[in-house]
Amino acid sequence: MAITESNTLPRTNSGQRKVWFERIPASYWVVGIALLIMPAFASDFALYQVFGWTFILGMISLSLMFLGGYGGMVSLVQMSIAGLAGYMVAIFGDSAITDISMGWPWYIAIPLALIVAMLFGTIVGSLAVRTEGIYTIMITLAVAAAFFYFTRQNYIIFNGFSGFNGVLPPELFGVDWRQSKPFYYLTLFWAAVAYFSVLYVSRAPFGLALQGVRDNPRRMAALGYSVNAHRIAAYAFAALIAGTGGILLTWQSAQISPGTAGIGPAIDILVIAVIGGMRRPAGPFIGAFIYVLLKTFAIDVLLSVGLSGERFQLLIGLGFLAIVFFSPDGLLGLWDRWQEFRKRDPLLDRGEGPL
Amino acid sequence: MTLLDRATSSVSDRLSATGTANALELRQVSKMFGALVALADIDMIVKPGERRAVLGSNGAGKTTLFNCITGDFAPTTGSIRFFGEEVAAFPAQERIRRGLRRTYQISLLFAGLSVLDNVYLACCGVSRGRFSFIRPGRDDALMASAESLVQVVHLDDVRETKVEDLSYGQQRQLEIAMALSGAPRFILFDEPAAGLSPTERRELIDILTGLPSHMGFIIIEHDMDVALRVAESVTMMHNGRIFKEGKPAEIEDDEEVQALYLGGEEGLGHG
Repeated sequence: MAITESNTLPRTNSGQRKVWFERIPASYWVVGIALLIMPAFASDFALYQVFGWTFILGMISLSLMFLGGYGGMVSLVQMSIAGLAGYMVAIFGDSAITDISMGWPWYIAIPLALIVAMLFGTIVGSLAVRTEGIYTIMITLAVAAAFFYFTRQNYIIFNGFSGFNGVLPPELFGVDWRQSKPFYYLTLFWAAVAYFSVLYVSRAPFGLALQGVRDNPRRMAALGYSVNAHRIAAYAFAALIAGTGGILLTWQSAQISPGTAGIGPAIDILVIAVIGGMRRPAGPFIGAFIYVLLKTFAIDVLLSVGLSGERFQLLIGLGFLAIVFFSPDGLLGLWDRWQEFRKRDPLLDRGEGPL
Repeated sequence: MTLLDRATSSVSDRLSATGTANALELRQVSKMFGALVALADIDMIVKPGERRAVLGSNGAGKTTLFNCITGDFAPTTGSIRFFGEEVAAFPAQERIRRGLRRTYQISLLFAGLSVLDNVYLACCGVSRGRFSFIRPGRDDALMASAESLVQVVHLDDVRETKVEDLSYGQQRQLEIAMALSGAPRFILFDEPAAGLSPTERRELIDILTGLPSHMGFIIIEHDMDVALRVAESVTMMHNGRIFKEGKPAEIEDDEEVQALYLGGEEGLGHG
């Protein structure tokens, strides 16, 4: 995989400078404005269930994309990190399980939860970076499985099978953040922060070096980089994104239980990233949108054609197969190829077409 | 040999100024790959600022020697001192941060990045900025030094071009720019002239002879013209051992060397 994201470092000789808003591509304006005015015409269900959930899953999947796409490390532990952050908010903050929850204010509980999530990500990362490829997947999957069983069997901290319910966001600025419109903007805001952070970091020295480590670790060591330290730092950064997503996910359903971060959801996060495309941070959000649409509406479609509603996983599976088969780069890869195809000269039939 | 004489005299001047620690001191360095002895008991001393050519046929162990010095492989036995410090147990990046650099025989560049970004990455690698989450600004010192290195190797016209779109010769030049990043004290050049056109070779010689005089290097080179023009001493290797050491003139005149390398049918790949 070549480094594709990083050819736009600011230059000292970039010619005439544009005003900041002129440098934002048109597609960002369109998508940004559409998302901002969405609550004016979308239903509460769409805002809360479809978009809210899309942004949350997109963030958790984005953390996987950051590690996989830029770092070449496919980590299946991202959902567990998200789950742990959710648990920590429930444990340090408020929940219906008052025996365990400490009831600390949000400004202590949330940062603590994120720190614990980052610590967890760093520890798993420092184990996983010693392996490559399929072994990274296996070791992170093993940690995800261990996390699932541990939370299910541990009643002292994680309250076992039932987990925590009644985990609510703080009523900051007098807003009930679990109402559909506020929740929509809350998740949109953090998803945007995560998206632009990843985009920014990918072109900062750290992100450039991470892509260098992905493409040629030996050369990076010969340039003075500590390859493993760089990879572990990437895990820590990804854990921060996943942790933020996990807290929002817990607030959305007001509960967290072992099933939230089971092996199935861990793999779903990978499926989302692959469907959308692992090469750009937009991919996970596109993948999450499709996943949420399928998960939400496939049942209705299936029932209307006389099939059991439980077959929606089949639809997701078939869609996944089709996308991986036709475009290993996900939907964004298909889009890129379509763009290349349009640029081809029909007479010469040449151009920078897909390989 | 006037060029060479001048270089030699300037080295002796500097040696008196920089003290007695050798730039590189190898003692009994061996490297085995299973039963294959790639390097056997290599002893080598390179003084600060010295420019040495390592010659030898393919399979003589030249690149393996480089890999042991830079830490790409650990030597099986032996001691490697870099400016007086034992570095044999250090990982590659620690040696690089102490001022050692190398180029690779087969270009190991980041193909999807621009020329400038490649050099910038190399500059970041030896600075504290390598973990920075902040993008370089207009007055970034590392970016400025990357830009000046791009000029040193005559690549300023293609600074924004992706490496995969460069010619082979330009990629070799870029390798050199990356090796020069971040104040190196000593550089290992692994066949920098291989596959270059005559014009590109002349440019390469200009770049190498134009390096600051305190920057010593070892150059592996099949092309005797390049090797003997830039080096003031020569080490001949054969079958993983050092076979001869001396001034270029002595090596050229040596009968054994001629028989093995410079002269007869056995002489391998002059460029």
